[in-house]
Amino acid sequence: MIWGVLQFPGSCDERDALHACEVHGDGVRLVWHESRDLDGVDGIVVPGGFSYGDYLRAGAIARFSPAMEAVAEAAAGGAPVLGICNGFQVLCEAGLLPGALLRNVELRFRCHQVDLVEEGSGDVLSIPAKHGEGRYYAPEEMLDEMEAGGQIAYRYAEGHNSNGSVRDIAGVTNERGNVLGLMPHPEHAVDPLTGSTDGLRVFDRVARVRA
Amino acid sequence: MTVGTPKHRELGLTDSEYELIVEKLGRDPNDVELAMFSLLWSEHCAYKHSRKLLGRLPTEGERVVMGPGENAGAVDVGGGYAVAFKVESHNHPSAVEPFQGAATGVGGILRDVFAIGARPIAILDSLRFGELDSVRSRHLLDGAVRGIGHYGNSIGVATVGGEIYFEEPYEHNCLVNAMCIGFAKTEDMVRAAAAGPGNAIVLMGASTGRDGIGGASVLASAELDEGDDATKRPTVQIGDPFEESKLLECCLELLAKGLLVSLQDLGAAGLTSSAGEMASAGGVGIDIDVARVPLREADMEPFEIMVSESQERMLAVVEPARVAEVRAICEKWQTGSAEIGTVTESGAIRILRDGEVVGEMPVEALVDGCPLYDLEPAEPEGWIYGNRATLAEGAAPEEELLALLSSPNIASKRWAFEQYDSIVGSRTVRRPEQADAAVLNLPESGNAIAVSIDGNGRRVACDPYAGTIEAVLECAQNLACVGAEPLGLTNCLNFGNPEKPTGAWQLDRAVSGLADACNALGVPVVGGNVSLYNEGPEGPIYPTPVVALVGEVPDPSQVAGSGFVAAGDAIGLIGPFEPNLAGSELTKQRGHLDTGLPQPDVANVAAACAIVREAVRAGCLASAHDVSDGGLAVAIAECAIAGGIGCDANVEHLRERGAQPEEALFGEGTGGFLVSGDRAVLEELGAVLIGTVGGEQISIGAGDRSLSLGLDQAREAWSSLATRV
Repeated sequence: MIWGVLQFPGSCDERDALHACEVHGDGVRLVWHESRDLDGVDGIVVPGGFSYGDYLRAGAIARFSPAMEAVAEAAAGGAPVLGICNGFQVLCEAGLLPGALLRNVELRFRCHQVDLVEEGSGDVLSIPAKHGEGRYYAPEEMLDEMEAGGQIAYRYAEGHNSNGSVRDIAGVTNERGNVLGLMPHPEHAVDPLTGSTDGLRVFDRVARVRA
Repeated sequence: MTVGTPKHRELGLTDSEYELIVEKLGRDPNDVELAMFSLLWSEHCAYKHSRKLLGRLPTEGERVVMGPGENAGAVDVGGGYAVAFKVESHNHPSAVEPFQGAATGVGGILRDVFAIGARPIAILDSLRFGELDSVRSRHLLDGAVRGIGHYGNSIGVATVGGEIYFEEPYEHNCLVNAMCIGFAKTEDMVRAAAAGPGNAIVLMGASTGRDGIGGASVLASAELDEGDDATKRPTVQIGDPFEESKLLECCLELLAKGLLVSLQDLGAAGLTSSAGEMASAGGVGIDIDVARVPLREADMEPFEIMVSESQERMLAVVEPARVAEVRAICEKWQTGSAEIGTVTESGAIRILRDGEVVGEMPVEALVDGCPLYDLEPAEPEGWIYGNRATLAEGAAPEEELLALLSSPNIASKRWAFEQYDSIVGSRTVRRPEQADAAVLNLPESGNAIAVSIDGNGRRVACDPYAGTIEAVLECAQNLACVGAEPLGLTNCLNFGNPEKPTGAWQLDRAVSGLADACNALGVPVVGGNVSLYNEGPEGPIYPTPVVALVGEVPDPSQVAGSGFVAAGDAIGLIGPFEPNLAGSELTKQRGHLDTGLPQPDVANVAAACAIVREAVRAGCLASAHDVSDGGLAVAIAECAIAGGIGCDANVEHLRERGAQPEEALFGEGTGGFLVSGDRAVLEELGAVLIGTVGGEQISIGAGDRSLSLGLDQAREAWSSLATRV
């Protein structure tokens, strides 16, 4: 599987995502935000950081980039798309994922290791989270529909929901299941030397929808 | 401005300095020239009260790639790679506006590092505030921590370590020292010397506004008076990490493509210092036309443009034929660029406006012409700082240990460091508080580095010479605990007024201590920064030499943590630790601080560092932690809390080293390592066995001061900072 990693001005974690994709897949390419050509990649990572300085609102400007237009087309065609942190915010702003990310309930940026429970399997993944605007929110009826449709991908384990996300939601998918966004950073959990390798499970999950 | 006061005095120049300028120019300077001289001849830029002392420091070593005088120092880490690092103060701006002061402190130190072609990979910070029960201190702490996080997190450089101390003398002069570590292919690194007359001077990055005008001379080189917070606010710079993120990527791409002759950041004194220093280093002249500088406000005067400290700007020398290519890459990164001048053979800095000369000064006079002063040191009589008792005499040892663990100087700084992204870049092998030093993986060169930053001002106040040696040794011990061998040292000397005898004496003694410690350890000083005049009507700060050591870790998979690991492991003490209550946290809490510290035994501490370093590298130790603030009892408790497991220890054998039970528990001093692991291995290392890991209690035998505390109770005290900020 060949991954593509978007790069916006102000992206921070794109090099980490490149590394993670190298570990996980068969190759990886960096996609410049002004490019409409995804260069034939099989799956896309919209990485973390502060695209366009997060001015106006996190992810609000990046969603209008030419590369995101290409991502929307690819997603509509069923391509796997993984949005991490700022990438999750961009995908929500772009309407590719439901809901929105609000400021953390304590109004502070926080960087710490969290336990995530994978919906369905119940497996627990140890992955770092680091954000100031990661409080997932969606209206109740929408959340009910998402739960019924299997769109909740990950929840924070008990005691690990430090940002105040509704129903402990850490990651969600679109209806079709090929677009996944989450606030914690799986690309920072691919090497035992720097913490854990549980992040690779998230890449696996996204890669599996390619068919 | 006071009516009748000559302009040069308002700008911080003495009458004799002004006369020297007139002599060097052969005429009176005009306003543009006076503004530029006043900044480059300020303490902040010219080091006029410290440069003579700094000549004592050893600066050479086999691994040194760049030494003092460059934007940052750098050491060879093997495989054709180098690690660059520098620490710099942003104390005065942070005392006025902590969020922007700290944020731009980070922004500035990042630019110093990428100016030499190194990609910033980590930030550390060293902060000092007044006591935590002061509203002002909590305000400054909150602002500074948010500011560091805002800038570092947004630009994507991991903040991997640091330290915070709270002491009354910093109440009105907080310290915000930021350090940046960069990584580069040695052959790609550049120096900041302008070269090639006819080459273009290109200003890149943000446009130039009125922010920060006069920061260097008006802010950083005069004592803060009461009521300055409001009047000095306009001179504090405003940071924009997004702008810097683009500028950083742009500069690194330009350097990688070999398009720049040289590169320099714009920091204190803005265009004036960067152009002046580039011309001086290259032995050339520079013409700058201020009409070509992109401005935020149209009506700026030439002197304002030349001294503006607007952030996120870099100055490059470019061959004329490559200017178009350079500007195209700037455009790709959506960062501004303008060709504002040329390199000349004149040996002069000429400032023009639309071609008309508005200022002209010989580079030599402007950059290197400032007189250097000798200090007039005199040792003060007795303890010149206050004492405040917060812990009753005769408290039970358990109560004393809890008071120390909950001291904001010792308690966990999790509240602060969790506000920083400590992992971006995927190099962080040891996150804050997981080990004594931060460890950063360098897969490119096949090894890792460890970094530690330290400087306990209270102990330096007790004895500036011994206290500074201790600060260096503390860093060396921190590195040893993760198996690292020191490669180079940088420092930031935060002191009071050097024109006063006490300030001069503290600075003089501290620099001697720094020099002696570095010589004894064989560690070169590759750079440094000086922040003087940290005093107000209430008196000076504690003299605070913040030192930072970078060391090499051959194999990052062999790095010990600080916490106890397994029940049944033996606990040992390694090194020439001779506990003494002088200058200790306990003595502070009892309100008994006074002058004097025991003199450190540097050679034996260095030998102990080598033993621990080799043992860690060989994977022999389960844990390693140095004995520091709060003494052995606190070190034991910290290892137990970090590991989530108790212990049964006995420190009575320290009686053989002349320590009474109380000193054995809470006395401080250099050279102690608390390690755990296999009993036979520890014995072989020459460790004194003092206990066993296990259980839910922290029990420490110390004669009539023996104590036992529940692990949960200790953890609660140590974790209490978040609820008190």
